[in-house]
Amino acid sequence: MKQLTFKATTYFLLPLLLLFSIFTLLRGHYLPGGGFVGGIIAATAFVLHSFAFGLRRTRQLLRVNPRTFMPFGLALALFAACLPVFQGIPIMTGLWLNEPLPVLGLIGSAFLFDTGVYFVVLGAALTIIFSISESV
Amino acid sequence: MLFAVMLGFIVASLMPVLGRWIRNGWSVLLTAIPLYLFIYFLSFVPGVAAGNELLITYSWIPSMGVNFSFLLDGLSLLFALMITGIGTLVFLYTTAYLKGDPYLDRFFGYLSLFMGAMLGMVLSENIFTLFTFWELTSISSFFLIGYNNTEKASRVSAIKALTITGLGGFFLLGGMALMSNITGTYSITEMLGSGDIIKQHPMYPLLAICIFIGAFTKSAQFPFHFWLPGAMKAPTPVSTYLHSATMVKAGIYVLARFTPILGDSSLWNYTLMAVGGITMLYAAYISIFKSDLKEILAFSTISALGILVFLLGLGTKQSIAAFSVFILVHALYKATLFLVTGIVDHETHTRNIFELSGLRKVLMPVAIAGFLAMLANSGIPPTLGFIGKDLIYESTLSHGFFPWAITIVAIITNIFLVYSSILAGIKPFAGKLPESFQAVHLPSWRLWLPPLALSIKGIIFGFMPGILEESIFYPVTNTIFPATETLHLKLWHGFNLILLLSTVTIAGGILLYFSFPPAQGKVSKMEKFARYSPPVLAGHFSRVFRKIAVTITNILQNGYLRFYIMAIVGFLIILLAYKAFTGVEFYIDPSRISPLTSAELVVMLILIISLIYAVYTPSRLSAVAAMGVMGYCICLLFVFYSAPDLAMTQFTIDTLTVILFVLVLYRLPKYINYTNWKIRLRDGIISLVFGSLITALAFMVYNEPTNKETSQYFANNSYTLAHGRNVVNVIIVDFRGLDTMIEITVLTISAIGVFSLLKLQLNKYDQEL
Repeated sequence: MKQLTFKATTYFLLPLLLLFSIFTLLRGHYLPGGGFVGGIIAATAFVLHSFAFGLRRTRQLLRVNPRTFMPFGLALALFAACLPVFQGIPIMTGLWLNEPLPVLGLIGSAFLFDTGVYFVVLGAALTIIFSISESV
Repeated sequence: MLFAVMLGFIVASLMPVLGRWIRNGWSVLLTAIPLYLFIYFLSFVPGVAAGNELLITYSWIPSMGVNFSFLLDGLSLLFALMITGIGTLVFLYTTAYLKGDPYLDRFFGYLSLFMGAMLGMVLSENIFTLFTFWELTSISSFFLIGYNNTEKASRVSAIKALTITGLGGFFLLGGMALMSNITGTYSITEMLGSGDIIKQHPMYPLLAICIFIGAFTKSAQFPFHFWLPGAMKAPTPVSTYLHSATMVKAGIYVLARFTPILGDSSLWNYTLMAVGGITMLYAAYISIFKSDLKEILAFSTISALGILVFLLGLGTKQSIAAFSVFILVHALYKATLFLVTGIVDHETHTRNIFELSGLRKVLMPVAIAGFLAMLANSGIPPTLGFIGKDLIYESTLSHGFFPWAITIVAIITNIFLVYSSILAGIKPFAGKLPESFQAVHLPSWRLWLPPLALSIKGIIFGFMPGILEESIFYPVTNTIFPATETLHLKLWHGFNLILLLSTVTIAGGILLYFSFPPAQGKVSKMEKFARYSPPVLAGHFSRVFRKIAVTITNILQNGYLRFYIMAIVGFLIILLAYKAFTGVEFYIDPSRISPLTSAELVVMLILIISLIYAVYTPSRLSAVAAMGVMGYCICLLFVFYSAPDLAMTQFTIDTLTVILFVLVLYRLPKYINYTNWKIRLRDGIISLVFGSLITALAFMVYNEPTNKETSQYFANNSYTLAHGRNVVNVIIVDFRGLDTMIEITVLTISAIGVFSLLKLQLNKYDQEL
């Protein structure tokens, strides 16, 4: 019975937590939050899912191996960092769009960088936790 | 220009996507990349020949003086052309040589990575980018040498090459850092004017030696030469490209590049002459006692590199001219011979010269290529090699330092090289075709065309040295040895002393070959002396080194977590206590401490209760839960003192930590009390002392006048410069973005570490079952 409650809660919590993590990531530049916290919240969401439904189901849900998030995030961050070089501005200079986008607001290369951080943290946390829980 | 340099890297990073097409036979299309670059650089030839050096700067980190500056002058143009030109042929050759290889995409990835790194290195005008690309060539060559990673020998060779060249890289970095310290610039062109300042500086000898070690390790000079024969474990296209034509010339390139700045001193010239002289003679001598085709070529490559270093050391106009011609000559014939060897190996599955003979009957175009390359290698007219050798003799004869002695050394070296070129270029093709090779047939044109094209180039340039004289060789010579007048390259100089010496060399080599024909006995006799050779000594050194490392690791990393923590805490205690005893005033200013609110009081109470609970509870799980409660309490304190970012992060991290603990503890056996009261007392005392010291430290920090300049700057500029209102986040992603970049890299590495450690254990466990 306890399992059932837990599963049912997780069923609703997972999307909510994921949304919350994206929300945290997005607001990071103006209010408390950011890629690091967002990534960990997302990782927690998946870990919760794995506790409720088992690791295999979580892996199926993710479709890709969480390991791949890390190189993806690193590449994204590196891309954001190198973006200014192609415009002849020093590396890691912040670039900003002139007009704010709907929903996202005014975004720039810093947001892309933070998204990279988000994915690296998510990937690293899931890789570590999944490996440990598979090996014990 | 940036695109040209980056193209190799871009292609390499696209490999995961393109992989399937590459493996399915579309790899030939990749040849277009080096070909495009070759044509691109070819288009600069007229401009550079006319004296228009091209300097293009892209700012990278201008605040540190590090920029992507690319300089295209005679020297870098020659290297760029060799890298892309030979690269084109090697790419084409590889498509057939490694046809059907399951990791072909990986191979091409490494190869284009290497090409990009090499191009970047020779074009770099900033010493930091030069160094970065230099290291990238070492790293990509590590992957290429160890390509057959299932064989132990190739793994060992790859590590050996990486160790030696990596060691050299450190020295190079040191040397270049000293140079930039003295001159105050990272730009090579700006350093050109400060040559005399560097040479009179007391650090000059140290600096020069650092550069020497860097260059000698990369270019396989004695006594660091031994990694090169080992690197022959790589697939033949790699040996052709990296270990004969391009990478090993990186050291030569750096020496040549710095010669106008650091050269023309007795230290520079005599060291290069001595090291180059020893290397060329020693390696040429060894090469005639080898039986493996690739080893013969490896040693003759080392010898040729020695000749190049030696010529730089002579430092006269003639020797630099000879240098510029010989680089190209060597690249052409050595690449040919390697490609020929690759075909022979591919078709007959042996590289032993005692087994190979008569292959001309089945591999005619290959035999022609081998023969022409042998002509160039031996310096027999009408090849460019002949002109090169003439120039070498001309420069030794006209040198002021014992001209006859160094000429004789050069002649003996060349006689050995004639011998070894006969071994590699003619021996496998001459004589009778054995029964076992009757079935050998000519492979795809993609294999035999590249060596043939290269060797024919050697002949064409030999007949018409004029087409290269003004366009290529003169700008190179002028770069290294400024204010040179025109060169005069001719195949026929008339009857003079140099022609006589050339004849003596060629005749001597052929005579030596027929009077001392290669025999298995001599090869084995030579191997007896191997005990005293540098590689063996280096092997002993590395074994001792490893033993010491293992001992130290076993002492420090004994696997007991409690000892690690105790060591860390103990060290901090000693450090803090020492500082506290050496006169630090300790006082608390009560007026500056804010009064405790009721909310804080409650949180503190919970904190203390859970602390006591964590210490005394008999269950691991509840101890972890109590620790979690403590973490959350600290989060609340952060919230009270307006650090919401910190609180959020701490909160999520704490949650994850508890989950991790639970995951591990869940499977551990029941809590058993291993400790007696003595150990507990010890741990308690350590914890108390550490805690009180940290508390004291916190109070002292609070009393120190803080420097708020940095935080003020961040707070003031966060919105104006970085468009962000959350200062903490702006610092993370913008102001100190580089730190974050490195941090996430470290995070990735540690995750990979955890993953591989745990999975490795699993596999072992499975095997034992």
